[in-house]
Amino acid sequence: MNVNVTPLPGIGVQQDFATRDGRRLGVITHKDGHAELLVFRRDDPDAVIVAVPLTAAESGTLASLLGAPHLVEHIAAQNRDVTGIETHQLAVVPGSPFDGRTLGDTTLRTRTGASIVAILRGGTVHPSPRPDFGLTAGDLIVVVGTADGLAEAARIIDNG
Amino acid sequence: MGDGHSTATALIELGAVLFGLGVLGRLAWRIGVSPIPLYLLGGLAFGAGGLVPLHGIGSFAGLGAEIGVVLLLLLLGLEYSADELITGMRRSWLAGIVDIVLNAAPGAAVAVILGWGPIGALAMAGVTYISSSGIVAKVLGDLGRLGNRETPVVLSILVFEDLAMAFYLPILTAVLAGVGLVGGLKALGIALVTITVVLVVALRYGRIVSAVVDAREPEVFLLRVLGAALLVAGLASALQVSAAVGAFLLGIAISGSTAENATKLLEPLRDLFAAVFFVLFGLNTDPATIPPVLGAAVLLAIVTTLTKLLTGWWAARRQGVARLGRLRAGAALVARGEFSIVIAGLAVASGAVGGELAALATAYVLLMAIAGPVAARVVEPVAGWFSRRRQRVVEAGPGEVSPGEVS
Repeated sequence: MNVNVTPLPGIGVQQDFATRDGRRLGVITHKDGHAELLVFRRDDPDAVIVAVPLTAAESGTLASLLGAPHLVEHIAAQNRDVTGIETHQLAVVPGSPFDGRTLGDTTLRTRTGASIVAILRGGTVHPSPRPDFGLTAGDLIVVVGTADGLAEAARIIDNG
Repeated sequence: MGDGHSTATALIELGAVLFGLGVLGRLAWRIGVSPIPLYLLGGLAFGAGGLVPLHGIGSFAGLGAEIGVVLLLLLLGLEYSADELITGMRRSWLAGIVDIVLNAAPGAAVAVILGWGPIGALAMAGVTYISSSGIVAKVLGDLGRLGNRETPVVLSILVFEDLAMAFYLPILTAVLAGVGLVGGLKALGIALVTITVVLVVALRYGRIVSAVVDAREPEVFLLRVLGAALLVAGLASALQVSAAVGAFLLGIAISGSTAENATKLLEPLRDLFAAVFFVLFGLNTDPATIPPVLGAAVLLAIVTTLTKLLTGWWAARRQGVARLGRLRAGAALVARGEFSIVIAGLAVASGAVGGELAALATAYVLLMAIAGPVAARVVEPVAGWFSRRRQRVVEAGPGEVSPGEVS
């Protein structure tokens, strides 16, 4: 992928690229650290049609939303040969009983038999998290297990 | 007691002026124009020959305005790193020169025609040349155009203009002091050497300069940066180099996170003292002197709007930007503001030019600070209207289909 990097004096740095069907997308990283998501116009690729300012936390969330399916897809592809095993991502939503508690508190493995492969937070992957890993709202838990085990795990994360 | 009474008057007048400016400023941003013209109008209304002459705030306003100029230039310097200035200059020097030729000439020509001599011409050249980087950056941000392809072109022209100011102001200061052409050339030489030294120091030892002013506690940091800026500005002024340029160069030498924190701390102070500066400029301009130069101001406004459009068009075309983007680049550059007034203020304060120059500069900036944001806003609809008209003509002939926005 060909990413254009343009310095914007006094403002920051802009990076943009063209998608397969010809749309341009980009990000401005401002000097103070906040980012701006850019979508360019279709009829005038020089001009931005949408510019959304994002805080560091918001960019992280967007990055993990976009990045997570890839990881899940990747793990699912590895497990395809093993019959009956699926990979899901479970979100720790605000208000979940585990927002602010540790991964060990969920006792997912004991209760459902499902394994936690990784946790996605703020665009970064934390592989093989330990039981003392502190969960917060916005985390995505990548879990491998049987269909029944995963359904049970989703219920536990939401309701305790 | 007379003293206590005059203090009370000064506080009441200053409070009323600042509060009034606050009301005007809010109104300005709400209707999408810069508050600078309203500050100037406020000054005109309260000054000599205005509606309500104020006399109590003179001593504060005088020094406050000087500090305002120093802060305007210091924050301009803080905005850019030495690296950005050098790359900007390399990338856009040709566009920068086209910009100087097209936009300084009309101001100089009008000054010559009005019989203000070479010094008046030099000052007016600066007034019409320099775009307001404050207004331009704000308008681009507000219109969501920071990501547009033409924006780097616009920004690099602004960088070039700001660097040009660092050469221009010392020359202007020297010429205004009455040193003549040789003295002016000497000032240019000194400016060249100083700026080169500062850029090299900023590139190599920027961290050391930053460390000298940096401090963990905000109030200590504020005092150090402001103190250093006033010291450097005062020394520069004593050496007959412009005080404002001293502050600008200090801003460039401070870099990295120190520069960012300094900007955050100083922005409110700059806004306060710059407002005082604009008001004082208006206060010292007699409103009665404006009508005689209004015709010249309108003519200059029209001509220099076109020349900035042309500059932006030409520079953006060189970077492969399409037609609409070239128009947007030109329209973005139209606004003139704070630095035109800084230049006019220097010229008038020296006494080397007449009050007519202040009147012309005031009227011109009043027009351009409003015309700039408006031009940036209307350029797309106007261009769209023209291209639709042309398309209708084309459709009568061989059909041309516009795909439009589908998503």
